[in-house]
Order: sequence, then C-alpha cells, then structure tokens
Amino acid sequence: MAEPLLIVEKVDVYYGAVQALRGVSLQVHEGEVVTLIGCNGAGKTTTLNTICGLLRPRLGRVLYQGNDISRRPAHELVRQGLVMAPEGRGIFPNLTVAENMDLGAFTRSDKAGIAADLERGYALFPRLRERINQKAGTLSGGEQQMLAIARALMARPRLLLLDEPSLGLAPLLVKTIFETIDRINGEGVSILLVEQNANAALKHSRRAYVLQSGEICQEGSSEALRDDPAVRAAYLGGQ
Amino acid sequence: MDFTQLLQNMTNGVAKGSCYALVAVGYTMVYGVLQLINFAHSDVYMLGAYFAYWPAKWMGYLPDEKGGRAQDVPLALVGLFVVGSMAACAAVGALIERAAYRPLRHSGRLAPLITAIGVSLLLEYGGQMVFGTEPRLFPTFVEAQSYDVAGVKFANTSIIIVVTAAVLMGALTLFVNHTRQGRALRAVSHSFNNARLMGINVNATITMTFMLGSSLAAVGGILVAMDQPTITPLMGLRMGLKAFVAAVLGGIGSIPGAALGGLLLGVSESVVAYWSTTYSEAVAFLILIGVLLVRPAGILGSSAREKV
Repeated sequence: MAEPLLIVEKVDVYYGAVQALRGVSLQVHEGEVVTLIGCNGAGKTTTLNTICGLLRPRLGRVLYQGNDISRRPAHELVRQGLVMAPEGRGIFPNLTVAENMDLGAFTRSDKAGIAADLERGYALFPRLRERINQKAGTLSGGEQQMLAIARALMARPRLLLLDEPSLGLAPLLVKTIFETIDRINGEGVSILLVEQNANAALKHSRRAYVLQSGEICQEGSSEALRDDPAVRAAYLGGQ
Repeated sequence: MDFTQLLQNMTNGVAKGSCYALVAVGYTMVYGVLQLINFAHSDVYMLGAYFAYWPAKWMGYLPDEKGGRAQDVPLALVGLFVVGSMAACAAVGALIERAAYRPLRHSGRLAPLITAIGVSLLLEYGGQMVFGTEPRLFPTFVEAQSYDVAGVKFANTSIIIVVTAAVLMGALTLFVNHTRQGRALRAVSHSFNNARLMGINVNATITMTFMLGSSLAAVGGILVAMDQPTITPLMGLRMGLKAFVAAVLGGIGSIPGAALGGLLLGVSESVVAYWSTTYSEAVAFLILIGVLLVRPAGILGSSAREKV
C-alpha cells in the first residue's frame, strides 16, 4: 500500500497544564473515509484541531503528504488541501451564505474553477441556494451544518476533516449529510470524520479509531468495531 | 433665536464631525478585530499632520513668519504630501501593532490596554522631543474662500473636509463589504480560528486593519491641521477623546456607527456652542451619556450586531 496521506504519530497535546491527548496515532490513506469516535471530552475535536494546525503538539508529529506539518500554521495547510469543516457554529454568522462560500475559496484565484465549485456546492445543498443572500446566523442548525461542509469543499480539499457533521440534526437531515459524505468521498476526497453518531459514522467509513480520555483505545475496520461488544455497549447504545 | 447662526453652527459641526469620524473608524476597526482600545491611534493622527508638515516645510511651502497666507502649493504636490503621510502613518500603525500589541496577543485584555496607553505617551512626549513643544503653523494648502448661501457661510476648507471624509469612508465601506480582503477582515473580526481554517493569514489581516485605520487618521490629521491651522505634538489628546467617544456612541465595532457617532458628536457640540461655547463640550458629552444610558451598545451597536 502507498504511503498514507496523513500520519499522526504519538501526539501529545496540552491545554496549559492539562494534557488533552496522550500518544495519539492514526492514519488516513488516500481515498479513505476514517471515523474517530469517542465520548464528549475524549479529545476528538482536539485531534482534528491538531491535525489542521490550530493546535501544536508538544510531542509527536503530524505528517501530511509525507511532510511534517506539526509546526505549520493552519492557513498555509488550507492551500495544500488540508481543510477542516468545523462543527456548524464555525460558520460566519455576520456574513451572508454567499460570502461564507466565497471565503471557503479564499486561497484560490481560478475564477472559472471557483464558479464551477460554487455551482456544485449549491447542487449538493439546494437549500443553501435559496438562502444565498441571507446572513448565515439566521440559518437553521442543519443549514449551518450544510454551509460548513459546502464551504469547506470550496477550498478543493484533498483531505477533509469533518467535525460532528450530524450534531443536533433531525434524522432525515443526518441521512442527507451522510449521503453527501459518501458522494464527496466518491469524488476522490479523503475524509477524517469525527462523530457522536457512531452508528451512522461506522456505516459510512472503512476504518475507525476509538478515542477515550485522550488515548486511542481501539482501532480496526468499521465493520469489526460495529460488531465489537465493548464498542456497542459504550457508543452504539448497546443494541 | 438666530436661525442662520444656528444653521451656520450645524454646518461647522458637520465638518468637525467628519474629522471625528475619520479617526473613529480606526478605533472601531481595531476594536472589532482585537477588542482592544488602541489609545495610540490619536497620536498616529498627530503624526499624520507632522508627516505632511515636514516635507512642506523642507520644500519651502510654509506660511511666512507673520502667519500670512501659504504660497500656492500645486495640487498634485498636496496630493503627494497626503499620500506620503498616509503611507508613513500606515507603516507606524503596523509597527505599533507588531512591536507593542502582537507579543501580548495571548496575555488577556488588560496588558495590551496598558501598553496602548504607554505607546500613546511615548508618541506624545517623544513627539515633543523630536518636533519641539511649540505649536507650528501648518500650510493652508488651499486659499481660504467661503461661499454664502442664504447667509450661511460655507468655507472651502469645510467643504474639502466633508467631501474627503465622505469619499474615504465610502471607499472603506466598499472595501470591507465587497473585496476579498474586506471579507477576510470581517471573518477575522468574528473568529481568528475559523478565519484560519479558510486559509486567511490572521496576523497579516490584523496588520492591514492597523494600516487602514492609521492612514485614515493621517488624512484626519492633515484636514484638521489645515483648518486650525496650527499643530502640536499633543493635538491627539483632544481628538483621541472625541473620536473614541464617537466610536462608542455609534456602536464600537461598526464602521457606519463610527461615521454616525462622529457626525452626531460634531453637530451636537456645535449646536450647543450656539448658546454657550464654554459648555459646548460638557453639554455634548451629557447628551452622549444620555444616549448610552438608553443604548449601552451604541446607536448601531446591538441592532446591527455586525462587527467591522
């Protein structure tokens, strides 16, 4: 197998004196959807923030496309296709939907490509097109989530980090979001997915890691993890 | 009541308020991005006047000793002085941010605030050391004229002030709302991290914010200096207070708010001066306190929650 697109290698992250991640290691190969599940406060978002450059590991390193990026600022990584869609509150509420989408393409200057991607984004989420001139803060929770994802795609990601894309959404919308994730992946984008909705996330990914108190406690194929009694008890409601 | 005189005062107030507005946007933009009151901003305004004064002096364009009228300065040269001063102030603004505020970015809000006061004092007293304490006569640049409309006199300097301020504020609004960098500025004012995730260089955007505000303050300094027409290294003290109040009155963080606050302050001062010049500022400030009691977030502060 070729060298993984992303390698997180024994990463320790601290908030002040508090250790949030302990020796976290994970990999994402080109074209994969990988899920990271875990409880609230287990360090899932911290892991994503470390990968995308918002946080710096005290120990360990993050390799992307073979390069050590653990000291690179987030805004440079976006240019290399490492893009994060923050959880829905991460949109800019004081800007319109269209302005949010334009900001997604901030690093690009290919006008024709941007226009095409804009069209593709609105085709993916027709609801956003209807709200194009509305302030993003006036959108519903689901629409804000769609905007966060659509906006991330505007940067032409090679590796997309998705933070809780289904958080707080109605079941029907959750289904739409996961179908969209499949489609994005089908277009060749590798995805690292953080989810509380472990059941759906495991269905839509190939491999998964389980994070507990800042440590990876389990990893394997998503299918195997779904059948694992311990995982079922802890994250899948014991069904 | 002499309505002509009252009207006269109001028109003067619009000119004064335009200058407040030009300086107030600098406070409001920096606040919108960093939640910092950049106390040194009004001293950059002072530098703006000096940066236009020195080249004019070197080139022999100062009024004569007796305070007579300036030699006619070619318009293109005036433009050059203004643009040069804007560029120099932009550089100073960027330098202040880099040297004094950025190292304290993660030290809470009090430390940069105190540093800002320190930078302000440094510029004021450093200015006295370098420029001298004595007031200097500023070149008038344009020959004073006034136009009489139904008894109300419009001085050409006032017209220049109002038009220049309006054009610059309009350009700034267009820039912030309709350009890529303007969008970046608004993104950064909402959240540093989310802006970074868009690929926006937050530090560069903050530097740009300081440069924009400082260059507008430079124009304000030159306009006020032309009108006065004397300048001193402490001229920023009064202006700083007024412009800051204008920004708060309009709703700090809001650019239209700064324009509105500046105009309101200038006009109310001048209108009160119709009855009493002594109390004009006191009464004007009372009005402000009244407004803020009713709307603590400023006039455009909470209803239009948009920052910068």
